[in-house]
Amino acid sequence: MTVKLASHQAGAFGFNGWSVVLAGLLTASFALLSPHALSAARAEAPQPVRGGVLRFLVEHEPSTLVTIAHTAGPTQRVSPKVTEGLLTYDLDFKPRPALASEWSVSPDGLSYTFKLRQGVKWHDGKDFTAADVAYSIKLLKEHHPRGRGTFASVTAVETPDPATAIIRLSKPAPYLLTALDANESPIVAKHIYEGTDPLTNKNGSAPIGTGPFIFKEWVRGSHIILDRNPDYWDTGKPYLDRVVVRFIADQSARSAAFETGELDLAGGPPVPYADLARVSALPGLGVEKHGYEYAGRMTQLYFNFERPILQDRRVRLAIAHAIDQQKLLDVVYFGYGKVAPSVVSPNLKAFFDPSIEPYGYDLKAANRLLDEAGYPRKADGTRFPLRLYANPFNTQASGDFIKQSLARVGIPVDFQFFDFSTYIQKTYTGRDFDLTLESLQNLFDPTLGVQRTLWSSNFRVGLPFSNASHYSNPDVDRLLEAAAVEADLQKRRQLWFAFQKIVYEDVAALGLIATDGVTIFNRKVKNHTIGVTGVDASFADIYIEK
Amino acid sequence: MRRLPRILKAVRRTALQAVPTVIGIVILNFFLLRLTPGDAADVLAGEAGAATVETLSALKAKFGLDLPVLQQLGGYLHNLAHFSLGVSPRYNQPVAALIAARLPNTLSLMGSALALALLLGITLGAIMASFAGRPADRALSVLSLLFYSIPSFWIGLMFIVLFSVKLGWLPSGGAETIGAGLTGWGAFVDRARYQVLPALSLALFYVAIYARLTRGDMLEVKAQDHVRTARAKGLPPLAVTRDHVLRNALIPVTTMAGIHLAGLMGGAVVVETVFSWPGLGRLAYEAVMGRDFHVLLGILLLSSLLVVVVNAAVDILQAWLDPRIEVR
Repeated sequence: MTVKLASHQAGAFGFNGWSVVLAGLLTASFALLSPHALSAARAEAPQPVRGGVLRFLVEHEPSTLVTIAHTAGPTQRVSPKVTEGLLTYDLDFKPRPALASEWSVSPDGLSYTFKLRQGVKWHDGKDFTAADVAYSIKLLKEHHPRGRGTFASVTAVETPDPATAIIRLSKPAPYLLTALDANESPIVAKHIYEGTDPLTNKNGSAPIGTGPFIFKEWVRGSHIILDRNPDYWDTGKPYLDRVVVRFIADQSARSAAFETGELDLAGGPPVPYADLARVSALPGLGVEKHGYEYAGRMTQLYFNFERPILQDRRVRLAIAHAIDQQKLLDVVYFGYGKVAPSVVSPNLKAFFDPSIEPYGYDLKAANRLLDEAGYPRKADGTRFPLRLYANPFNTQASGDFIKQSLARVGIPVDFQFFDFSTYIQKTYTGRDFDLTLESLQNLFDPTLGVQRTLWSSNFRVGLPFSNASHYSNPDVDRLLEAAAVEADLQKRRQLWFAFQKIVYEDVAALGLIATDGVTIFNRKVKNHTIGVTGVDASFADIYIEK
Repeated sequence: MRRLPRILKAVRRTALQAVPTVIGIVILNFFLLRLTPGDAADVLAGEAGAATVETLSALKAKFGLDLPVLQQLGGYLHNLAHFSLGVSPRYNQPVAALIAARLPNTLSLMGSALALALLLGITLGAIMASFAGRPADRALSVLSLLFYSIPSFWIGLMFIVLFSVKLGWLPSGGAETIGAGLTGWGAFVDRARYQVLPALSLALFYVAIYARLTRGDMLEVKAQDHVRTARAKGLPPLAVTRDHVLRNALIPVTTMAGIHLAGLMGGAVVVETVFSWPGLGRLAYEAVMGRDFHVLLGILLLSSLLVVVVNAAVDILQAWLDPRIEVR
C-alpha cells in the first residue's frame, strides 16, 4: 500500500486553527475498515514480483497522450502511466498521496494546501517543484474541458516554497479534492509547456512526466510502448519492465486477442456484453467490475421540454411506468449494472438518495395517465408518435428496447441511431428529438456530472452534453447552485437529496441504468484495480505473477 | 523500340489530364464532406464527455472551422498548392506525416492481396477452363461463388478463429511483434506472419472474380483460329494453354485488376479494422468518425492519384500484352 504518512506530520500541518488532514492515519484506518481495501490487501499479500511486460488494450487509439487539455476516454487510460496527479483515490473515494504527500483544506473551503513530494524528477531529469503544480492548474483552468469548471473559482496558486502549493479560491469548490487524480487533473512540467499552446504542444505525443513509466514510442495505428522508470519516487515500483498499449477497434477482434492470449488487461468492457460471459469463462481470465466509480457511468432518458406533449408531467410519468428497468438491465446490458431510480448514480454513494424507488413498471398506470392527459388511443391503437435518438455508447438494442416498451402503451417511436458525431450534432445542435437515450457519466461529483443536463443556465444550443432537454425549474437551479459552493459535506448531501426528490417528482429525466464497467484481466496480473480509476491508474503497483 | 516514345507521350498526356481531375476531386470531396453533420471540434468536445462553450469555440477557432466554407476551401487549396496537406486537428500532426506512416502498410497489404488474388484467381480459372464442364470445374465454381459472396470481415473473423484461436498458428492482429526489435530476415518473416490472414481475407473476393473471368475468357479464346493453328502445328497442350490461350485471356483480367486497386483500398478499411492493421484504411475510417476532414481529404487525394497512376500503368501493360492495342 502506498500510505506512508506518519502521524506526527498531521500536527505540524495545522492551518487556520482547524484543519482537515485527510491523509495519513485517517486514510489508513478507513482503508482497513473498508471491504474493498480488505480484498485488495488480500490480493496484495503475496510478495510482488519484478519484471515482465504488460500487454494492455485501449480500445480506440487516443489522439493525444496527456489529459492536460483533453479528456477523451482512451487518453485517460494512457496519460496517468506517465503523467501523475496530486492525489489518487482508493476504492472508497478516499484520497491517497501521489505527487502531494500531505494536504489540508481550510474550514471555509477557500484554501487548499499541498505539501509536495521531494526529490521527484521529470523524465528529462529536471526537478519537480511547486511551480509545475501552479502552472498545471493554470493550464487546466484555461484549457481543460472540465477543468474550466472545476478550477473556475481558483484565484491564485501560491508557491511559498518549492515543496508547497496553496490553491486559493473565491468561493468553495467542494468537488475539488476529488478532482485531482492523474487522469482528470494531470501535473505537467512547466518548462515544457511554458510559452506554448497546450493543445499543440509536442508533449501530447511524446509525454514527459513524473510517473512510473517513461514514454518510449507511439506507432500510430498500432501501439504505444512505455518503459519502466528506474528512478521512480516510490522506490521499488513499478514492478513491470514495460507496458505495451495496443489499440483494437473491432470488438470481435478484441475477443479473439484475449482468446489467443495476446492481451493481459483491458478496461471497458472491451468486448460486447453478449461476449463477456464466454470470454470471462476462458481459463486464465478474470473480470473485475470495480474501478469505474470515478466515471459514474449512467444511461439516462431525457425529454425535450420544448415539445408540448412532453411538458405534461402525466405523459412523462406514463413513459417512466412503461419502461421495465430491470428487464432493460437484464436483456440489453446482460445484468451488468444497477437499476438507477434517480438521475444520480446509485454508485455515487455520497450523493445518491437511497430512499428513492424506481417508478415501477406499470402499463395500466401508464395507459391511464396517457388517457387522462388527453391522448386516448386512436382507431389504429396509437396515441401520438415520438422521435428517439440514442447516444451510440448505448447500444442500438437499448433504443430498440425503449421503442418496444413505448409501443405497448400506444406510443409509436421513430428510433434513429447515428454514429457519435452525427448524434452529437443532431441532439445538441439540431435538437429535433422528443426523447434521447443518453450515456452521460456522473463523474466523481454530481456538480460536474449531473448539473450540466438539468441546470437551466446550461441550456446552450450547440454545446455537447448541455441541458438539451431545455429543462428549467427555479427550485432545481437554486439547489444545484447552492450545492456547487457548499463546503459542508452533510449540507451538500442534503441539497443533492432535495434535488433528487424534485427531479423525481417532476419526472424531469429518467436515470435508467447505472452501467458497470468491466475489466478483463489475465489472472497472473495482480493489483490492476486498486482505486476508483481502475485501469486508468498509474500501474505502479501492477505485477505479473510468475 | 518504336514503343518507348509513345509510352512517354502517354505518360505526359495522363499527367496533364490528372491535374484538373484531381483538383475537381478535391473540390467535390471538400463539399461532400461538409454535408456530414458535425465537425472535428464537435467530436473532440463530445468525446471529452463535458465541454464548455469556451472550449468549443476555442477548438473551432483553432481549427479554422468557424470560417466561411469558401474561405476554408481557399485555405486548403492554398496549402495544396504549396504541397502541404494541412494539419490534422485530431492528431495534431501534419496530414502528410500521418499518411506517410500508414501508407507502406496499406500498400504492402493491397499489393500482397492483389498478387495473391491474381495468382490464385488465374490458376483456378485456368484449371476450371481446362476441365470445363467436368466435376473439378463444378467444384471450383461453387468455391469461387462462395468466395465472391462471403463478406471479407466475416471471413477475416473466421480465419482468426481457426488459425489464431483454435490452431494458434498465426497472430490475430497487428502488423508485427511489438517491441521485439527484429531486423533483417527475422523481421521479414515476422511481418509476413502477420500479413497472411489479412491479405488472404482481402484477396478472396477478387480470387473469385479473376477465376471466373479467366475461365470465361480462356474458353472464348480456345475456340479461336490461332489456337486451332497452334494445336495443329503440334505444340504441347500446356504450351498452347499458357502462351496462346492464357496470354490472350489476360487482357480483361488486367483491366479489372486496375479497377480493383481502388476497390481494394475500400476493402482495406474493413480488413484493417478486423486485423488491427495500422494502415490507411483504418486511418480513413477513424477520420470519418472523428470528422477529421483534412486527413480524409488527404487520403482521398492520394487514392485518386493512385487510381490515375494505376490506370495509366494498366494501359501500358495491356499494350505490352497485346501489341495490337495502341497506347494513346
